[in-house]
Amino acid sequence: MGLLDKEFSESNIVIAKTEDLFNWARLSSIWQLSFGLACCAIEMMATSASHYDFDRFGVMPRPTPRQADAIIISGTVTLKMASRIKRLYEQMPDPKYIISMGSCANCGGPYWEHGYHVLKGIDRVIPVDVYVPGCPPRPEALLEGLLKLQEKIRKETLRKKSA
Amino acid sequence: MKNPAEIYDIIKSNFPDGIFELNTSLPVEPLIQVNPMKIHVVSEFLRDAEELKFDSLMNLSGVDDANGERISDENGNEIIKGGTLSVYYHLHSFRFNHKITLKVSAPRENPEVESVENIWKTADWHEREAFDLIGIKFINHPDLRRILMPYDWEDGSHPLRKDYQNPEFYQGMKVPY
Repeated sequence: MGLLDKEFSESNIVIAKTEDLFNWARLSSIWQLSFGLACCAIEMMATSASHYDFDRFGVMPRPTPRQADAIIISGTVTLKMASRIKRLYEQMPDPKYIISMGSCANCGGPYWEHGYHVLKGIDRVIPVDVYVPGCPPRPEALLEGLLKLQEKIRKETLRKKSA
Repeated sequence: MKNPAEIYDIIKSNFPDGIFELNTSLPVEPLIQVNPMKIHVVSEFLRDAEELKFDSLMNLSGVDDANGERISDENGNEIIKGGTLSVYYHLHSFRFNHKITLKVSAPRENPEVESVENIWKTADWHEREAFDLIGIKFINHPDLRRILMPYDWEDGSHPLRKDYQNPEFYQGMKVPY
């Protein structure tokens, strides 16, 4: 962090670059849309629970897309679901981020050949920031994906949107 | 409690033209083959007969037997002509704790089977599923529309048919890998 881990005894003013401040605020409170699809959602819930504690990174589930910063596509996306996910994504306010979790959301997973009803990768419908591999990924892998997303947000500029 | 042979004899004496045979040579439960246009009366009898009382339809599933002739269509895809589609009924009696399996087969080109929806309510959604995925037409079903696939999925296309061809696109989304 660098900004707050010192005590300020003489002055209560902190000087920072606007971009750094905004990025720091954004990456430290990524509120995710409370949304799960399949077995990956079980791992995502485990990540949210006390043992892995998603909340220590400022991630907490919000029940409405209007209050969400990120959506974790945790599971198999059927063709029927894809249009609903697109609508949820469009209802989220900018800036918004997408983590594609697990093989199904990345590329169709085990349904790649005979899955007549499965979308072969959520990136065919909405833009993905971070892909987390695994079937399903362990909570550690999802946390790593979140750290990658934080890295990405840390490098954003206000002049040009990069994500 | 009655065994399948006894159950078969009871139905056979009541519906001589409704059922065809009892097959006990299978590794699974013995099954009775029934005429698809008699399945409604046979089912009603099985539910109501004093000595049978099959009060529960445990499962109803559609099956593509894929026993027709395999030919190539003009695009080089293998399709199946002729043969049958089947429906399996797994019945259980809570009263007597006995079970039986029924099977009906209908021609692939016009797979019409009588609905048993007004005998066991379980059959409502199960028949819709068999219609959605295999394409069996259940006569007298009150609401025979797709249940799993989207309503705007291509008409007459039933994904669990053995000769099913994936569409290229659905609502602008590419379907193949």
